[in-house]
Amino acid sequence: MSGADVTRVVEEAFREEWGRVVAMLIRLTGDWDLAEECAQDAFAQALARWPRDGVPRRPGAWLTTAARNRALDRFRRGTAEAARLRALASAPAGPGPEPRPESAEEDHVPDDRLRLMFTCCHPALPLEAQVALTLRTLAGLTTAEIAAAFMVPEATMAQRLVRAKRKIRNAGIPYRVPPAHLLAERTAGVLGVLYVLFTEGYSASGGPSPARPELTVEAIRLARVLAGLMPGEPEAQGLLALMLLQDSRRAARFDEAGDIVTLEFQDRAKWDHDEIEEGLRLLDDALARRRPGPYQVQAAIAACHATALDPDDTDWPQIAGLYGELARLAPSPVVELNRAVAVAMADGPLAGLRLVDELRAAGELAGHHLLAATRADLLRRLGRTADATQAYGEALALAPTDAERRYLARRLTETGGT
Amino acid sequence: MKYLLLICAEESVEVSPEQADPEAWVEETERRGVRLGGHRLCPAGDATTVRAGLVTQGPFAETKEQIAGFDIIECADLDEAIEIASKHPVASFGAIEVRPFWPE
Repeated sequence: MSGADVTRVVEEAFREEWGRVVAMLIRLTGDWDLAEECAQDAFAQALARWPRDGVPRRPGAWLTTAARNRALDRFRRGTAEAARLRALASAPAGPGPEPRPESAEEDHVPDDRLRLMFTCCHPALPLEAQVALTLRTLAGLTTAEIAAAFMVPEATMAQRLVRAKRKIRNAGIPYRVPPAHLLAERTAGVLGVLYVLFTEGYSASGGPSPARPELTVEAIRLARVLAGLMPGEPEAQGLLALMLLQDSRRAARFDEAGDIVTLEFQDRAKWDHDEIEEGLRLLDDALARRRPGPYQVQAAIAACHATALDPDDTDWPQIAGLYGELARLAPSPVVELNRAVAVAMADGPLAGLRLVDELRAAGELAGHHLLAATRADLLRRLGRTADATQAYGEALALAPTDAERRYLARRLTETGGT
Repeated sequence: MKYLLLICAEESVEVSPEQADPEAWVEETERRGVRLGGHRLCPAGDATTVRAGLVTQGPFAETKEQIAGFDIIECADLDEAIEIASKHPVASFGAIEVRPFWPE
């Protein structure tokens, strides 16, 4: 195997195994920083040794063992300096002991990652710190990458991570999955963190790039871990289904120039039909448990779009009804805005505009470009061109990404504005 | 009469360890038999607040509530401390800040 091939294998192992290795080390040492350092060290060893010795049969077990040996080594050095010196003095010269591959009994205890997820998502930590810690410890993203995702300077994000880890240590936040009666509220937190991660990747909250697929891939991977570990939790399956159904449209959402292609004009042949199949299957399983929740309902809405053969085939009355259900389960002005769009499609633009104007009067979405953009679109469809032009102008001034600004500018020109 | 002294300072104010060292004061007050106990606390950012069964991060210092009493508890971890705090009657109408002691 060439050096480049081995590098690719190590990168793949990093994505697959990083969270597992860090979680195991946190359980072993109770020290988050030491855990990360030893995990990094194990991957560095793999990069140095696998090209020479060959890729081990079970890379995960090899990495786990190497990281654990490194941690034990660090502990011995830290706690027994004198003993270390004596041992070193009497040891034969030559390389240190090889990690013993295939001997890591922790390798098949995936609960460690679940524990880590629940620790990162403890309600005593601020939501941003929950997401950042999850990205860092479970997904192995660098501080710079996480800072970019949150649009803050790297030093700020580093400080937040330090504070979060300090609170885990100082306040005694336990490394465990909470007892059954607390599971529901914390599961909601874990699901929330994963969905924030996904949506940040799906529509970046600012900057030149409209999407960050590496974040959606990571969110889907972690949601898959969670759904696999909590087979009795339909919302975990619902969230995974939702992510897969939304992600299936990834290749069709932007044109070659990087401009937004709305659902109506997307080339449905470009949708990922494997992801759609899997999402629909997961959603069916979840709904069969008859414990609906916001993620299952959102997945059901995504499923309506995913199964429509063309835009005219979309079941808008069904979608409007599902948004009503979502507004009941998880009320928010953004849900109401989406419901207004669905109602406009089902019952005509005037019915939708009434709902949008109610929202506008309530003032909760003031400053949100999507409210102005939706209103502009409904006014355009009603032929109220002058009002539409003004609303597109408002939306344009508020839009956070270049792609959205280009889309709105195009629409503004079409309605005769400048 | 017993009094609780709430030792307050802005966390952002930089002072030397000697300047803030309470050892001489503790020795003096214990020699006189006036100090019954006390402990340094972790920064406010390490606090957790329990309010009507909800757990939130951070202290509640910016609200209208006034400190009405204090208890010192010893628990295995934060989850146990939250469980104990949430059973305190005040947790149902007020708020209980769970602030860890400075580690020994």
